[in-house]
Amino acid sequence: MGQPNQKSFLFDTELRLVVLTGVKARTLDELRQALAKVPGSSVFFHTHQEYLAHNFQKPVYYNDFAIWVSQTLREEALAEKLASIDLLAFTTIRELRDTIGATIDEYVASLDRPTYECRPDEAFQFCRSKSFVLPTGIVAHDVPEFFAKLPLISNASLYFHFFEARLRLGRRTNDFSRWLKDQGRDDLAKAIDALNPYSRTLDELKQAIIRLGADER
Amino acid sequence: MSATLEDYRRVAGSAAIDELVLLADRVRHRRLQHINSTSVGGGVAELLTRLVPLFRDLGIETTWDVMKGDQAFFEVTKSFHNALHGGTEVITQEMFDVYRQTTDMNLHDLGNDGDVVVVHDPQPAALIAKKQGTSGHWLWRCHIDVATPDPTVWGFLKQFVDQYDASIFSMPAFAQKLAIPQFMVPPSIDPLADKNRDLPESEVTAVLEKHGIDPARPVLTQISRFDRFKDPLGVIRAYRLVKRRYDCQLVLAGGGASDDPEGEQVLQEVRDAARDDPDIHVLLLPPFADLEINALVRGSTVVMQKSLREGFGLTVTEALWKRKPVVGGAVGGIKLQILNGVTGFLVHSPEGAANRVIELLGDEQLRLSIGKNGHQHVRENFLTTRHVRDYLLMMLATEHREHDITLMTAGRK
Repeated sequence: MGQPNQKSFLFDTELRLVVLTGVKARTLDELRQALAKVPGSSVFFHTHQEYLAHNFQKPVYYNDFAIWVSQTLREEALAEKLASIDLLAFTTIRELRDTIGATIDEYVASLDRPTYECRPDEAFQFCRSKSFVLPTGIVAHDVPEFFAKLPLISNASLYFHFFEARLRLGRRTNDFSRWLKDQGRDDLAKAIDALNPYSRTLDELKQAIIRLGADER
Repeated sequence: MSATLEDYRRVAGSAAIDELVLLADRVRHRRLQHINSTSVGGGVAELLTRLVPLFRDLGIETTWDVMKGDQAFFEVTKSFHNALHGGTEVITQEMFDVYRQTTDMNLHDLGNDGDVVVVHDPQPAALIAKKQGTSGHWLWRCHIDVATPDPTVWGFLKQFVDQYDASIFSMPAFAQKLAIPQFMVPPSIDPLADKNRDLPESEVTAVLEKHGIDPARPVLTQISRFDRFKDPLGVIRAYRLVKRRYDCQLVLAGGGASDDPEGEQVLQEVRDAARDDPDIHVLLLPPFADLEINALVRGSTVVMQKSLREGFGLTVTEALWKRKPVVGGAVGGIKLQILNGVTGFLVHSPEGAANRVIELLGDEQLRLSIGKNGHQHVRENFLTTRHVRDYLLMMLATEHREHDITLMTAGRK
């Protein structure tokens, strides 16, 4: 979509490559140190990629840091704390990175025992993504058509307009809410903005948005 | 005859093919050149045989060049390959000299046809010298497991790799310390190849019966080389635990091991362990037995891949594609493919494997739902079409290096 006050909503999609940073961690200390130096896009990747990866069943945790801390380091309490960080509370990746770091620091400080060092082949491997945003050709000229076209869009498209637009492109809200507000539909914009995309799969998110617009089609 | 883009639409889905067309529109002005070291045999040649026609089908001018080498060169590169895999090899200065001499000879003969040149694996890596003075973008594609490479061989190879514009590895664990960007492109399977295509039920049954396997009783199968890292003896232990509860059969099938003395020894140990049980079928399959392997997997109730160490584990991908529940060792690329409890089960011991197999044999619904999820997981992530998509994205990435996210939506109507 892109421009505010744009008459039509143009659905885009995002295709991406995974970039390996070569930075890895085998302990909580190493994770903490690496977290401070990897690019922000790596922090975004590891807090968001699970949403795009699995759309047929909810994983136990969506956050890669929580998954690794739980499965490899067996620090379940920390995994729960990391997984419960409210991503919606952040509008910049820097704040998110700081909060993850502080959560690890606080947990490590509370321990009265050493933490585990995993095997080299179990190390946390920091990645990031390189993405290309392309038009899908799907266009909605008004609000009813917007909700009618929603079932046609892919999860990659939804992911772009919801997650990437808000946090990585700094648009502060999702693209759907921005456009609906410009169409004079503040009610729908707010309702969609109030949906927590982090507590559901992309399929579920799409269905929730479609339900909100059920009376518009 | 090569499969066309439209043939893949049926198995990979229309959305995947439309995506390829969308991307190809953005890179069609650039020529793509692949370089590897063999035109037949081996996974890379098999992959390129499929990929090159698909790129051409998408309207991208694509060439495929094969470097030339004599027996001495390929003996050297085989030693390099083993050493990069973490094996113990004696590496001499003379071997490096042979590698350089063969490279020099090929540099003279090699055409420079690509705006984007993809060089596959270590054998042709030093051909990067050809890049000098050209505007082409060169990518080094590493298909092999370099999680723990021999430092001498990797150090030698790295001087060439660092001259590329970017490198491509199959898994995060293979990432290296390099001066150039490293991308991850996982391997893929070809859903239309003999090893994976749909087979009529009668053909599956015929293969089972040919090997004396009873289609009416549960069949557990592991397809792999006879290699200690694949833990075939652990699979037999797991099977014996399952056998106490279910009257099942075990198939251990793999290719020959004539150039691998340890493989022959492992095969003998497996045969000894299986000797007293007519329900254990140890099958040493000839090369090009793809249809037979396909039928054996399709005729199985549960597939096992109880590896102790694994690169990616394409046998798992192939079984998931056939909607088989897979019980696999929690190592290497198996962890990327088996989402525990969703597309299969990850295990750490023969006992753990036996428990999961027992659970699966007792619950047909579980087998069906896990098989369905596994098929979908492969369809979305590990088919040839996704591999083509990633190469198209790599072509775009060479043109748009600066940003992590590139909006290509300008200028639309």
